[in-house]
Amino acid sequence: MDEKKMCSICKEKPATLFFTKISSDNKKQNVDLCDACAKAKGVDADPTALLIADADVMLGLGAALEVEQAVGTDLKCPRCGFSQGDFKKSGRLGCPGCYVTFAEGLRGLLKTMHKGTRHTGKAPEALRSTRENADKLKTLQAKLTKAIKDENYEQAAQVRDEIKQLTGRPAPTASPK
Amino acid sequence: MNLHEFLVSPAETAQRHGPHDRIVMSSRVRLARNVRDAAFPGWAKKPERVKILEMIRPAVESLPEMKGAFSEAMDNLGALDKQILVERHLISREHAAKSSGSGLVLNREESFCVMINEEDHLRMQALRPGLQLRQAWGAIDHLDSELEKKLDYAFDNELGYLTACPTNLGTGIRVSAMLHLPGLVLGEQINPIIQSVNKLGLAVRGLYGEGTEALGNVFQVSNQMTLGETETTIVERLEKVLAQIIEHEENARQTLLEKKPKVVFNHIGRAYGILANAHSISSKETMNLLSLMRLGVDMGLFPGAERSLVDELFILTQPAHLQKQFSDKLSAEERDLLRADMVRDRLKNVSRPVTKPTPPNTGN
Repeated sequence: MDEKKMCSICKEKPATLFFTKISSDNKKQNVDLCDACAKAKGVDADPTALLIADADVMLGLGAALEVEQAVGTDLKCPRCGFSQGDFKKSGRLGCPGCYVTFAEGLRGLLKTMHKGTRHTGKAPEALRSTRENADKLKTLQAKLTKAIKDENYEQAAQVRDEIKQLTGRPAPTASPK
Repeated sequence: MNLHEFLVSPAETAQRHGPHDRIVMSSRVRLARNVRDAAFPGWAKKPERVKILEMIRPAVESLPEMKGAFSEAMDNLGALDKQILVERHLISREHAAKSSGSGLVLNREESFCVMINEEDHLRMQALRPGLQLRQAWGAIDHLDSELEKKLDYAFDNELGYLTACPTNLGTGIRVSAMLHLPGLVLGEQINPIIQSVNKLGLAVRGLYGEGTEALGNVFQVSNQMTLGETETTIVERLEKVLAQIIEHEENARQTLLEKKPKVVFNHIGRAYGILANAHSISSKETMNLLSLMRLGVDMGLFPGAERSLVDELFILTQPAHLQKQFSDKLSAEERDLLRADMVRDRLKNVSRPVTKPTPPNTGN
């Protein structure tokens, strides 16, 4: 018997358009659409329109699919009441706090969607110095750990002083014994 | 305030020039921002959206760049006005569908347009004629820095600016340019170009953005990824890709003229013939034919005709703009008649195209 493939979006109607998304590492993922969902996504039988819509459709769809695989659907944001199921439906989140609630499931998704998973661009002025300090602190702490490991206590003391200066208090974890 | 009186006239808009505007019709940089501790517009209930609008709108209005701006709640704009804003590319189709709890602030020069409670609390855009991505980024960066003093943005140290859709997370930036590429379309090179642009992580869309057709051979190219790179890196990548597309388009036009002049003259001559003589014409056909006429002007086949005339008609013949000029509600058929009348009238002093190009109008 010939089993009909159902639409990846609505999961109700049989699919009429079939896509295979091949990522850069040669992983294949199938996306099948019914007429109505294809139209809603701006894809129709015109091949030029297809090409234009391609990138968007794939990003959006791939995202929803991956989220579905990543987590169940009963997790709810304590701040706004938005659920994982709502995200699956709309592809949008409920509030800024959802990024904390759904952090787990979002991680893999962000990786496939973006160049990186850490923001490196503009930050609000008020946070800019804290951001820079946090970065600097990370580097210094790594330097301190290394100096201690290498038994280079002179350098360690120097780095510790720098950390002290940066944080206004003594470096907590890494004082040499 | 009356939107129609506020908007820059299509004639004046068509006169605005920028670098490479033969091919790059306009540049735009958009930033998505949200305020802390509030649900995103798509999830917030109406009273919350209204509260957010009431908080954000005065903050935007108070910016020096927005002096004398047009500021309105979306429920106070009629369907026709909203459609006109879409046809001018000032708001998204999604925003046009919003009513209470959403708003719009547009400055006098139409170089800044801020949508409030679209998909995010704030979608602010800087617009420039021609290829001016860097300038547009500089302008919107500055506006954003002014605004952050008045609003508490949702920002995370790791993830950057938090947005309703994870595809906009991080920088919240979308850098885009609207390109007129008739040479690549006629030369049948457009599909491989779209594919290779897609491979670079950039999106190619139609005239009105997401999910629309490339009417009039107009394409929008924009970045897709927003997290993990700085805004400048994204702007520079777009600039590089656009420079290549411009070169391909120029080459395609050159090659067409050298290798298939009859094909080119045939397309442009027919386009002129229909536009100058039709008594009923749809918006879609008008746009596709105006595109060919624009190409003819660029190639020097219409001596004495200005590109701005074509660009003005491009705006004026769209459905809402046409409707606005007549008080009665028009059916699509009536619009087609009036559109044809207007185009015939505007082209009555344009002679039919020559086949010996006068030295090409280099634009800039």
